[in-house]
Amino acid sequence: MTPKLVIDATDFAAALLFILGLKRMSSPVTARNGIVVAGWGVLVATLASFLYAFGVRPEAQAHLGMNLALGILALAIGVVWAWWSGLKVPMTAMPQMVALYNGMGGGAAACIAAVELSAGEALTPARMIPALIGALIGAVSLSGSLIAWAKLDGKINKTLHLKGQQAINSLVLAATAAVGLYIILATGGRSTPALSASFFVGALVFGVLMTLPIGGADMPVVISLYNAFTGLAVAIEGYVLQKPVLVIAGVVVGAAGSLLTLLMARAMNRSVSNVLFSRFGAVAGSGAEVTGTMKPVEASDAAVNMRYASRVLIIPGYGLAVAQAQYKLYEFVKLLQAAGVEVKFAVHPVAGRMPGHMDVLLAEAGVPYDLMKELDEINDEFASTDVALVIGANDVVNPAARTDKTSPIYGMPILNADHAHQVYVIKRGQGKGYSGVENELFFADNCNMVYGDAQAVLVKFIAAVKELG
Amino acid sequence: METALVGFIALYIVMLAAFTGIEIIGRVPAILHTPLMSGSNFVHGIVVVGALYALLNAANPAQQIIGFVGVLLGAGNAAGGYVVTKRMLEMFKSSGGGGHK
Repeated sequence: MTPKLVIDATDFAAALLFILGLKRMSSPVTARNGIVVAGWGVLVATLASFLYAFGVRPEAQAHLGMNLALGILALAIGVVWAWWSGLKVPMTAMPQMVALYNGMGGGAAACIAAVELSAGEALTPARMIPALIGALIGAVSLSGSLIAWAKLDGKINKTLHLKGQQAINSLVLAATAAVGLYIILATGGRSTPALSASFFVGALVFGVLMTLPIGGADMPVVISLYNAFTGLAVAIEGYVLQKPVLVIAGVVVGAAGSLLTLLMARAMNRSVSNVLFSRFGAVAGSGAEVTGTMKPVEASDAAVNMRYASRVLIIPGYGLAVAQAQYKLYEFVKLLQAAGVEVKFAVHPVAGRMPGHMDVLLAEAGVPYDLMKELDEINDEFASTDVALVIGANDVVNPAARTDKTSPIYGMPILNADHAHQVYVIKRGQGKGYSGVENELFFADNCNMVYGDAQAVLVKFIAAVKELG
Repeated sequence: METALVGFIALYIVMLAAFTGIEIIGRVPAILHTPLMSGSNFVHGIVVVGALYALLNAANPAQQIIGFVGVLLGAGNAAGGYVVTKRMLEMFKSSGGGGHK
């Protein structure tokens, strides 16, 4: 067995394990095992890649000992830091952590391209062109993900929108592409460090500029998109290095990420380009005026009503997680269940800061996954539901999305909370949702408002139900 | 390297892998979309293998530095993606108690 054969065989095994692992992720029953299967793939392929030491370029032979030491050191630092940070990150902060790890992958792909570009030998256009394209995508993913991370983490809390932002962005991208073209056409396959550096700087700056104007609530789409970008960059650099396993893993992730990005954008009633290139509500009208009053109700009355209901549907929004109230919520739900009430959770696809984030936050609080229902499977059940309880959600239950063509959220898939016999909304005050649209639901005859912090209200709910015994 | 990942062979691989990705992901229920995204994020952490190749073939300090950074970033991507995905998936339980095998 030559080292080359071992590497090829482990790469093949890794590609197989990735696909098997991801496949197992399609059900909550097998998903946990799926990540372990994929994990073996990366581990085996990484260990086997040290066998490259047996066949390095002649000019690298003298540095081999040093390079091996550097490789082990870099692996150790990267793994230890990421393992530690991954273990301590709270579930609410998961979106920014995923963005950060994703950016690192994009950066690694860009680094591969940088090393290739500075190789002593002249690169043929067939290697040079993909190397540069992969580098561009990887670098944009790196700096863009870092900005997304900083925004979600509250390190940048302004949405920066320069005058003529789009013109500036296009200019930076065009300049970067021009440098790339120059490298391809005029250097005879040997890029200079100065040229390569300006190319990478241009790509990084573009990633920053592209992400800065995008608001926090649009981040589900952005993170998903950059995940697809990194996948694509990895695939392209895999082609440059002639590593099929990188191509397969990268393309699978790129395709999956693109699909998720489209799903997310659809659930937010926006196109991907709309998310990237324009501010929300900049074009659309503000929707029809809503008349009527919001009717407040005491927390204890709402709780008692739910205790004697037969079916309750809960619509959790990101506000619930911000208040860290999901534990109290599940405590309340368990009391209702003990009293014979059927309780389910109706989760909107964009609840939270990344797709499916709300489900993770509920799972963390101990809510079984079979109680979490998707929009399509639950929406018909509202009509036969006694009480719909809305916590920290707003736009995703606004009936205007179905009826009011002038509303900016018209056409967005919503949860039909208004079809329930009685709706309770836990809300801090009378403010509007992210879209800035007044919510008709709150003024409806069958809707009552429970004002207060979600955590405090749920404590009152629990007390009221316990009092009944 | 003599692996013939050229021209149409590469395109065939890309096409089949893209369909594989879409088919697999299209079946994942929305409740698992976050772990799925971090799981696929982990899978592209395989880039660390390419970075290692680049670093081992480095012939000057500049290449060594870039290669080192590449391996560091790739290792972070892989290890971080793995840990957070596993943590999240371990929380998903069915009401039948336990549930995951």
